[in-house]
Amino acid sequence: MHKLQAGEHVDQFRVIERIHSGGMGDIYRVEADGVDLPLVMKVPQFGHGAPASNVISYETELTVLGALRGPHAPRLVGTGEITTRPYLVIERIDGALLKDWVEKAPLPAEEVARLGAAVAKALHDVHQQEVNHLDVKPSNIIVRPSGAAVLIDFGLARHAHHPDLLSEESQPPAGSAPYVSPEQLLGDRSDPRSDVFALGVILYELATGKLPFGSPTSGSALRKRLYRDPVPPRALQSGVPEWLQEVILRCLEPHPRNRYATAAQVAFDLAHPDQVAITERGRRTRRSGPLATLNRWFKAKGFEPITLAAPSAQLSRAPIVMVAIATVRGTEEGFDALRETVRRVTRDRGARVACVTVVKPTPALGGSNSSDNAAQQRLEHLILLRAWAEPLRLPAELLSMHVLESNDPVEALIHYAHVNHVDHLVIGAPPPSMPPKLRASTVSMRVAADAPCSVTLARS
Amino acid sequence: MKLALFADVHGNLEALNACLEHSRKSGADLHAFLGDFVGYGADPVAVVDIVAAHAQRGAIVVRGNHEQTVIDASSSRMNRDAEDAADWTREQLGSAHRAFIEQLPLVARLDDMVFVHASAASPEEFPYVRDTVRAAESLRAARSTYVFSGHVHEPALYCTAPPNRIVAFTPFPGVAVSVPRHRQWLAIVGSAGQPRDGRPAACYAVADLERRTLTFFRVPYDWHAAAAKIRAAGLPEVLAWRLERGE
Repeated sequence: MHKLQAGEHVDQFRVIERIHSGGMGDIYRVEADGVDLPLVMKVPQFGHGAPASNVISYETELTVLGALRGPHAPRLVGTGEITTRPYLVIERIDGALLKDWVEKAPLPAEEVARLGAAVAKALHDVHQQEVNHLDVKPSNIIVRPSGAAVLIDFGLARHAHHPDLLSEESQPPAGSAPYVSPEQLLGDRSDPRSDVFALGVILYELATGKLPFGSPTSGSALRKRLYRDPVPPRALQSGVPEWLQEVILRCLEPHPRNRYATAAQVAFDLAHPDQVAITERGRRTRRSGPLATLNRWFKAKGFEPITLAAPSAQLSRAPIVMVAIATVRGTEEGFDALRETVRRVTRDRGARVACVTVVKPTPALGGSNSSDNAAQQRLEHLILLRAWAEPLRLPAELLSMHVLESNDPVEALIHYAHVNHVDHLVIGAPPPSMPPKLRASTVSMRVAADAPCSVTLARS
Repeated sequence: MKLALFADVHGNLEALNACLEHSRKSGADLHAFLGDFVGYGADPVAVVDIVAAHAQRGAIVVRGNHEQTVIDASSSRMNRDAEDAADWTREQLGSAHRAFIEQLPLVARLDDMVFVHASAASPEEFPYVRDTVRAAESLRAARSTYVFSGHVHEPALYCTAPPNRIVAFTPFPGVAVSVPRHRQWLAIVGSAGQPRDGRPAACYAVADLERRTLTFFRVPYDWHAAAAKIRAAGLPEVLAWRLERGE
């Protein structure tokens, strides 16, 4: 299509101005009567020496944006016939590119965690909708003024329910060199943990101001990430805490099975630094020596990605299970029933168990020891949570404890489940002896009614 | 216009009726039967009657290798259980059924669509299109935008992509896939009467000819009843067992 001029109409859309021109095509700011959203029109460049991949990227973006819902991807508003007048009109997202933050890196750990958790939540949301983005990088992420992240440019994405026009591609593998995962280099586009790897690169960049694998241009230099571990962030920036290094390096593991199982779990750890189980990864001060590297190189030679049918297949293998434990008024029988139920719902799976209790805020009396009292109360309940979880014998990285302070336990539990992408909530059932009228107003029943996920009521 | 596509019904009346009912609710107003509506199952007569009635009303029907065997026993190159079922099927069908089968074409064409049981590249040899190489052969020979086939019992979708590639895809049931006209598409709709991908629910597909989308469906049906009839007819046990297991 020719360059569009201000005031020109394309179907129902009116061009305001051109805001970008590149190898892929042009981007215009447009408006339409009756559409109350700020809009951009992407007009791809086809033929006339433009790469054939432009057509595929256009169709891929059309398919994926057409299927995606929710606040973490722009809305698709209009589209033109591909053979005569191809264009995509999408919602223009208000906010700043994550790139702007990268330019200011290194950033304090808290800010890295805040930005990283927002990106992880956006990724989990699209993964739940069977989409892998596969080109996650700071210039493809917009941070809204609210702090929420929005993924843009789905031209390399894969939707598990639609034909993948980029599969079996003989061309150099798609993705951006600094961010692309090892399995993508080997041609596998099916694993949502590829996006977790790219998120790890972004976290590394935000925390240190450097790229973990540089910007390689040759194939062999690209493949180094299959066996060469990056310089630990703490060696570059001594201010990076161990927990953050642990999170970053776990995202950057060459084999997907050694990474976080889901982006939701990354968001979880970034939101709860005190609950990150720190291993050798977090404490490492330099890269592995030549012998270990050689060992990893041999492993990389035999590395064969496993093709997953759909992102949800990976997500369902690693759910976040939240257990609401009434540390204040619980009974031993009730605790046993909860544990038995948790064993049942987590059987044979890499489930992560978050033990949560709600306590009343300690009254702020203005005295000097009110904060001491609060800390003391937290500690007491943490000890109770730990004692409850001990018989489950879960590994430290799959277990965490949370004491929430609130006068409204229902609201606190539901809010927690919501922000932490909890997949399954387990809570004690009210006793059958309780009159039905009273039962309906118990914390358990109200949580079950309003929770954003599946709920199991454990009866003793 | 919505076109319902059925393949490899294999004498399974319960599966066919369930798919037809589902297609009616989906708004299908055109039907295509992609061959092998007899063989294996216990209801060849009832199934041929239904297919012939649809043909009279304008449905597209092409001949499969099991129909070929019914009218020409010498053409058969099938395994023992299929042979036994073919012999039995031959005895069930009357002369009117045979006459209907004999006049069926191997390939049918409508606008930019080609219908063939196995492959447009060599329709009379019934090769299995199980990979992108075979899919490319069929698409090349068909010289059409769409090729609709059966023979392979597992649903699959292939399309052309630049430069000179064929992309393979395993369809997800119930999701409308966009099949734009600037590519060539080969759809194997999956077996209605004898699914073999580990799920016993019947396969069929609906093409929306205006919106250019294709939706593959899985339809639960009474496979225990269909299996019981196979046992009652004295057909090989494995043919009944397969329906219950989808294998």
